[in-house]
Amino acid sequence: MTSLPEPSAIKLGLVIDLDICVGCQACVVNCKEWNTSGYGAPLSDESAYGAQPSGSWLNRVHAFEAGVGEDAKTVHFPKSCLHCEDAPCVTACPTGASFKRAEDGIVLVNEDWCIGCGLCAWSCPYGAREMDPAEGVMKKCTLCVDRIYNENLPEEDRVPACVRTCPTNARHFGDFGDPNSDVSIMVAERGGYDLLPEQGTKPVNKYLPPRPRRQSNDESVSLLAMADVATPKGFWRWMDSTLEKLG
Amino acid sequence: MHPAWSIIFFTSISGLGLGLAGLIVLGLLDLSLFSHLLIASSAVFGLIGAGLLSSTLHLGHPERAWRALSQWRSSWLSREGVLAVLVLASLACWFLFTLFFGPPPLWCGILILLMIVATVYATSMIYGSLKTVACWHHPLTPVCYLMFSACGGSVAFLTMLALFGQPTPQMLKEITLTFLVGAWTLKYAWWWALDNRGSASNIETATGLGTIGKVRSLMPPHTSENYLQKEMGFVVARRHAIKLRYISIFFGALLPIVCVIFGGSSAGILSMATIFHMIGIFVERWLFFAEAKHVVTLYYGDEQLSISS
Repeated sequence: MTSLPEPSAIKLGLVIDLDICVGCQACVVNCKEWNTSGYGAPLSDESAYGAQPSGSWLNRVHAFEAGVGEDAKTVHFPKSCLHCEDAPCVTACPTGASFKRAEDGIVLVNEDWCIGCGLCAWSCPYGAREMDPAEGVMKKCTLCVDRIYNENLPEEDRVPACVRTCPTNARHFGDFGDPNSDVSIMVAERGGYDLLPEQGTKPVNKYLPPRPRRQSNDESVSLLAMADVATPKGFWRWMDSTLEKLG
Repeated sequence: MHPAWSIIFFTSISGLGLGLAGLIVLGLLDLSLFSHLLIASSAVFGLIGAGLLSSTLHLGHPERAWRALSQWRSSWLSREGVLAVLVLASLACWFLFTLFFGPPPLWCGILILLMIVATVYATSMIYGSLKTVACWHHPLTPVCYLMFSACGGSVAFLTMLALFGQPTPQMLKEITLTFLVGAWTLKYAWWWALDNRGSASNIETATGLGTIGKVRSLMPPHTSENYLQKEMGFVVARRHAIKLRYISIFFGALLPIVCVIFGGSSAGILSMATIFHMIGIFVERWLFFAEAKHVVTLYYGDEQLSISS
């Protein structure tokens, strides 16, 4: 059934802290590693060792520059499915393969029903869905539904693979339906925001903005001063000027 | 958006077939000769059927295509599939009735015509409902699809009248000309809207980093093109877009209009009009996809969604 369920009380999703992410791609790799052997068909690659390797991945890390001059920032920007409340990919699906879970809001694809028409990927503004080149079915982030409820795993592993592996703690998993959850508090305190809010998708995942640059008052350390220290003296000075004369 | 040949062929050919069927079921064609009935029904089923079959070619799992009939409550693609099957079944009944008992009552035809209009509307709304492609998400998108189906169908209908040696009512020619002029005028307005309408989305709203300053893509997340870029990052057409628009108007509007006005009831000239019109529609449909910018390209280096950028 591709009509959207009533908004669930539990809304599972991710907070991504753009202030912390260093763009190491560990979440990308661990996502692929877990999900290629987990939910659904393996995540295939095409000409993995060729000149134009491609394949299906559920999590990608972009990098953007924002601003100019000394306040400019390089921002590493992880992006996976945002498990939207008003998910256009779900209603667009003609087969019922794409669905949003009524109990926790996770958006999933039933790969046995998917005809690979690609309309869900067209209707997603975030590029969260990629067609698997080998299987011909649509792949997307499952929020590691096969980890988070998995009682065979130690409790600390019952979070999405990307969250578990992030070495800088830039990704957090939790329930946005509960205003007292860690993720809800984090979003409230740091001004977490939606991507492309004007598209009307009401994404569950939130992004925390980079913190403003700290102002430094210490002006004694300047590069110019350091360069003066490096000016050669004695023998080296003579050699420097001689070499200069030689042209 | 990537202009997939299977989809261009599907929307153009089935649009023509549905338009033609819409006029045939109104009883304007004398099908008392078996050979005429056979030709008319083959043309209608051939065109609509070929279009539908071609639309399954781009699927990852065509053998599961029947599942697409299930989600008509929410999905325009599903609605299109259900309506197309209903139209094909009704048309089969209509032709069989004609074969055994003569022309069915007019209300049957009007009912089928309404279903045909709904089918073409559903096809257009597969694209028109996508907020992610700003230029498709426009009220004129379904209007253009319906008008093109009407003018393609009526040119093909005139051809069939001439082919069967049946008299062509002057009013039918005038209606055809009205459809041709109307359809391409509306398409021109659609292009104008495409060129002059901004999008609420840009790289700043996509990343939320606009508070820091102007945002630029620094590096993509992967070294070579992925599915998203192949499917939605098509840019080849834009350079020649204006030329191609005029080419589509020349073949789709100008030549058919001249053929219909001066062609009398010559089957040869009217066949040419149908073929010219289809060439125009193919070019128009190719541009419909190739010129369309998807909002996801903002994450891959586009800073604005307007065509000029």
